[in-house]
Amino acid sequence: MKFLLDRNTWQEIFGSISKNKTRTIITVIGVLWGIFIYVALSGAAKGLDNGFDKAFKTVAMNSMFVWAQNTSMPYDGFKTGRPMQLKLGDVETLENRIPEIQYIAPRITQGQFGSEPVYTVRGQKSGSYTLNGDFPIYTKISTKKIFDGGRFINQEDIDQARKVIVIGERIQQELFKKDEDPVGAYIRVGNVYFQVIGVHKLAQGVSFDSDSAMFIPFSTYRKLYNSGDNVGYLCIAAYDDADVVQVEKDIKAILKSTHRVNPKDERAFGSFNLGERFGKVMGFADGLTFMSLVVGIATILAGVIGIGNILLISVKERTKELGVRRALGATPSEVRNQIILESVFLTIIAGIVGIILGAVVLSLLNTFTEGADFPYANPTVPIPYVLGALAIMVILGTLIGLIPAQRAVSIRPIDALREE
Amino acid sequence: MIEIKDLHKSYKMGSNSLHVLKGINFSVEEGELVAIMGSSGSGKSTLLNILGMLDELDEGSYDLDGVPIKNLNETKAANYRNKFLGFVFQSFNLINYKSAMENVALPLYYQKVGRKERQEKALKYLEQVGLKEWATHLPNELSGGQKQRVAIARAMAAEPKVLLADEPTGALDSKTSYEVMDLIQKINDQGNTILLVTHEPDIADMCKRIVHLKDGVIIEDKKVDQVRAAQYV
Repeated sequence: MKFLLDRNTWQEIFGSISKNKTRTIITVIGVLWGIFIYVALSGAAKGLDNGFDKAFKTVAMNSMFVWAQNTSMPYDGFKTGRPMQLKLGDVETLENRIPEIQYIAPRITQGQFGSEPVYTVRGQKSGSYTLNGDFPIYTKISTKKIFDGGRFINQEDIDQARKVIVIGERIQQELFKKDEDPVGAYIRVGNVYFQVIGVHKLAQGVSFDSDSAMFIPFSTYRKLYNSGDNVGYLCIAAYDDADVVQVEKDIKAILKSTHRVNPKDERAFGSFNLGERFGKVMGFADGLTFMSLVVGIATILAGVIGIGNILLISVKERTKELGVRRALGATPSEVRNQIILESVFLTIIAGIVGIILGAVVLSLLNTFTEGADFPYANPTVPIPYVLGALAIMVILGTLIGLIPAQRAVSIRPIDALREE
Repeated sequence: MIEIKDLHKSYKMGSNSLHVLKGINFSVEEGELVAIMGSSGSGKSTLLNILGMLDELDEGSYDLDGVPIKNLNETKAANYRNKFLGFVFQSFNLINYKSAMENVALPLYYQKVGRKERQEKALKYLEQVGLKEWATHLPNELSGGQKQRVAIARAMAAEPKVLLADEPTGALDSKTSYEVMDLIQKINDQGNTILLVTHEPDIADMCKRIVHLKDGVIIEDKKVDQVRAAQYV
């Protein structure tokens, strides 16, 4: 291995490579293209992956909604078609019985799912919007970006059933003048005046709420509408490592047993499993990443084989040169090392140039997709992947270089020098 | 310097074998300039290849500077070639992508001589063959005679015990042939041992001794009065 550190070895190799420019360039292009495809493709796939991540950042990925419907089977003395109603007590039951649940936010709502939106007035301006009664924990499941100077509902608002309200960006635009600060102002919701405590910004990507939704404390809502312990629907986030499909099944099973519903009744409680959907989308992105990895590595492989091929031809072309070197005292191992090192050196150079080109393409891609309205962000290839690809290339370059090197050594100098 | 006893060599050509060298006894002293002559097929190149450790002998013995040359593996043969021998070929065999100086420096590279010293030595030998100002030129920018002089400089650069030249003037016209022979004589004058294969009598006459090969045996081995090539240049 000492020859690797010897400057002379490298000068000899560099000389041989740099003075056969056409051969070198053709050789390099194969691997260069391979690593370029690898970097560009896996970076692009990663960009899509990042895009999805970014789009889903505002909501808990492992989340689901559960609501009550009507029973479809008679059970325990109740007839079929009994309307179900979720209660605040269900929240505690579920939290206690299912350890996979990280957050659970009950919510009661007016203006969604067919019910009338709430007529809201401020001065001369008015509009009809969705009204939600919420707990502060809701923001753990769906992040709410509140504009400067405002806040979301907190525990004290709940405890004191304050008449405070968080409004959406569009409501602000419709009810307030452009340079008016809505925080602290009063608006009339139905027949009751509420003080605005914050304006929530519409989240980019996936969001549970539109920008024309209003949020008031759950306790205020139940007083206002006399809704008692009733809950509209439950927003539930499971821990990241939990199996969301199983958690969904467990939740429904418990709800069925507490509400005395036939365990086989599929209609009594409805649910929407966001985690499952996310899983499918993310699975798609993962699949794409994996595919780009496979394609990239296959292309690198093809490129390295190309290097081996061209070196093999060049060994034939250089038979005489190698014969002369042998006659002048080059040992077989020196000849072999030279060919292998040429192979490895070319592979590395090609690899580095390919990585740089790939990175340039990715950065162009990044510039062009910035602000685009499809989920795409920050296309990158992790450094370990790049180094791994380089390592693979060096190993393959060595192995493939062995073939022409062995051939070079197997030619006897006397045959190489024989006059033609 | 060279001691050959009862050397036999045959080549297998399909089912028949071709007996090329049939018992050669031959020795060369230090400082000699020997021409090996013979028509084609006489075995002169085979003899030179065996002397140059490019080929192996079948029978007999070969001592070079007191070292028995036998059963060498490729690595050892390469080291011996590098240490003991300098080669000059009919077709020059310069490496075409290396400059004259780099070509001359190549055997020194395989002797693990440092780059700076290599270049100094290469320049020194190029100067000896009168091509110092051509040091940075590639072989295809040189004439045939110049190429052969570079090849001779390369063979000398390793400071070998014996210089082996296989038809060094075979590809050159007579004027350049005499120039090259003049150079070879001068190198010989410095005390270097030189063996050259030729089939041209006038070239052979410029050596100090002529060994005549025919059908694989030495038919004549005589000392001659050297004709100096300088008078023709």
